[in-house]
Amino acid sequence: MTQALQRWPVYVALVVVAAMSTGCATGPNANPKDPLEPMNRSVSRFNDSLDENVLKPVATTYKDSTPELLQKGVRNVFNNLSDIWSTVNNGLQLKGRDTAESLMRSVVNTVFGIYGIFDVATEIGLERHPEDFGQTLGAWGVPNGPYVVLPFFGPSTVRDTAGMPVDTSADYVRNLDHIPTRNSAMALRVVEKRADLLGASGLLSEAAIDKYSFTRDAYLQYRRNQIYDGNPPDEDELVDPSAEPAVPSSK
Amino acid sequence: MNRFLSRRALFAWILGASCALGAMGAHAAEEPADAFIKRVSSDILDAIKADKTIHTGDVNKITTLVDQRVMPNVNFLRMTASAVGPGWRQATPEQQKRLQEEFKILLVRTYSGALGQVSDQTIAVKPLRAAADDKEVLVRTEVRGKGDPIQLDYRVEKAADGSWKVYNMNVMGIWLVENYKTQFAQEINTKGVDGLIASLADRNKANARAGK
Repeated sequence: MTQALQRWPVYVALVVVAAMSTGCATGPNANPKDPLEPMNRSVSRFNDSLDENVLKPVATTYKDSTPELLQKGVRNVFNNLSDIWSTVNNGLQLKGRDTAESLMRSVVNTVFGIYGIFDVATEIGLERHPEDFGQTLGAWGVPNGPYVVLPFFGPSTVRDTAGMPVDTSADYVRNLDHIPTRNSAMALRVVEKRADLLGASGLLSEAAIDKYSFTRDAYLQYRRNQIYDGNPPDEDELVDPSAEPAVPSSK
Repeated sequence: MNRFLSRRALFAWILGASCALGAMGAHAAEEPADAFIKRVSSDILDAIKADKTIHTGDVNKITTLVDQRVMPNVNFLRMTASAVGPGWRQATPEQQKRLQEEFKILLVRTYSGALGQVSDQTIAVKPLRAAADDKEVLVRTEVRGKGDPIQLDYRVEKAADGSWKVYNMNVMGIWLVENYKTQFAQEINTKGVDGLIASLADRNKANARAGK
């Protein structure tokens, strides 16, 4: 716990330094949601090449050579651990029903699902309500702050980055006492997550003209939706330029 | 953190892209918006499940499916125009036509490779919150399969002939049109409308080569 909290200043320093070093690099075309764009783009390139050379090949091997059933069990165990933390965050957001359901899920899956290997809770109709500390901050009105791409971790915002050390300190896997077990479990979790994204990451590079801004806009929309639990208020109304008479100009 | 990229979210995008596009044919004049979505989604799902060649990602088959069953239920002009944004009005009718064509190819091509993943998913339409005479309605649905349900919402409008047309959709809170807006604006600001058309065409060519 304390170890993770000690890392807090590092995160903050990272963001502050990044903000200062690129603050003047943003031109007039800067997106107000993304003042750190030049830095974010270079971190994205770093992450992409790390992914391309290390993580993606490992995840592909994992996906192709591990029995489906085992992969599912692994996914369920990690989901079960995160349900426990979701219970706390649902509680902090005063969501009575979601707190109770998340708690029930953890209990049912730990006991009847044998430490979460089987997702019994979903079978009996208890849905997941994943919540992290960044969402809890958001639910209490803390704004996003600028979009940030973290080295290794990927898309985030200043607020979500600030929430990360809290998530980390409560992370069961990270706090395992047996260090080799801890490290293996953490590595397995990363590989499992990446394997789950294999199909979609291919889609992302095909669907986007600019992968960076596509990912950013998707992430920001996705987080906003999560904070409002799938029911965000409308932002500005979309204009429909086709509704007006199209006046072709020779511009 | 990146659940919006997960494999199951991918299904939802595929289902959404296809269902958005819907089934051809008869629609009752006074069909409520939620019934419209339910009917079109089920038709598309059934068509995908019935045709094995779609599972192998046959792009021609999928394009046919989209043209026959999806496009008649979509206001694709509006979708493209709002994604392009203010730049749309600077575009000539010819450019507007090209933009729609390339955007469509991009969407179809992108989702076709993954259609094989559709298996036992079903669509549950949530209760509609709209007045009977609303011209634009939000229809909320959930894709249910293995694991967590996936949020899949549509914005539909009532066309002049009384039928419903989809003009935007979202998967797990990510609206399709909004997500293209910034990129499209970026291209238009730096390279003009023709620049955007060229970028879309390039992307489509690259995707076509990769798909071979």
